[in-house]
Amino acid sequence: MTATIHTLAIPSATRYLKDVRRFILRHARKAQLPDDAIEALQLAVDEACTNIIEHAYGGSTKHKVDIAIIVDPTRVMVRIRDRGQPFDQQSYIAPNVVALTRQGQAGGLGVHIIRKLMDQVEYLSEGRTNEIRLTKYRTH
Amino acid sequence: MSNFSVAFRTTGSVTILALNGELDAHTAPELESAIQHCKNEGAYNIIVSGAQLDYISSAGLGVFMAFIEEFRTLGGDIKIAALQPKVFNVFDLLGFPLIFSIAETEEAAVEMFSKGTTHN
Repeated sequence: MTATIHTLAIPSATRYLKDVRRFILRHARKAQLPDDAIEALQLAVDEACTNIIEHAYGGSTKHKVDIAIIVDPTRVMVRIRDRGQPFDQQSYIAPNVVALTRQGQAGGLGVHIIRKLMDQVEYLSEGRTNEIRLTKYRTH
Repeated sequence: MSNFSVAFRTTGSVTILALNGELDAHTAPELESAIQHCKNEGAYNIIVSGAQLDYISSAGLGVFMAFIEEFRTLGGDIKIAALQPKVFNVFDLLGFPLIFSIAETEEAAVEMFSKGTTHN
């Protein structure tokens, strides 16, 4: 079996997040991932797209987010590309949820969730294009 | 059209917010408004019921994080009830059961209020 690729492009607005989740659901099901892995992939991709919309593009809805789901015999990988501000993973610190809650602060949880749910997370930048690759390996 | 809604109910001194649909970065402001409305009305004992909540992302969790301490300071609490397993898993992933009172049913959450059970 060779790799298959399906793509979806959305405007950079949160109203399209549900379409992204439907897209991931449809193709992850076709790839016969187990339900818990599908739910993890939907959430991780939602979090990544939300961060792009709110941070990389600073809430501006005039841009584009490109999503591709790549399925092969060993894994399902979702590749998300944007042309906004790159994410600085060096300066990222995992949030202390208890402390944040005590201070009535929200946010900063997306990257934490992505890292907890995915088997592999990679960030790449080439020219003005940023890419995040979220991978879930098949377990046999 | 939004794929999320909040219905309000009152039982005794407790306000129940029954969530329906999918809670993400697009719909989280609706939950924020609903909880803010309760606060403005002086309703500080809140149960958020998730029986019909099919999905939550960190944007939804962030709403709870932003309000919980304030409600506790006001003498109330926000308790969470009747979550579907896949939604509970997201709360659990971030350690929320350590911070929030999470009950299996709305009735159990109401009981917690009548017994004055708080989480910390």
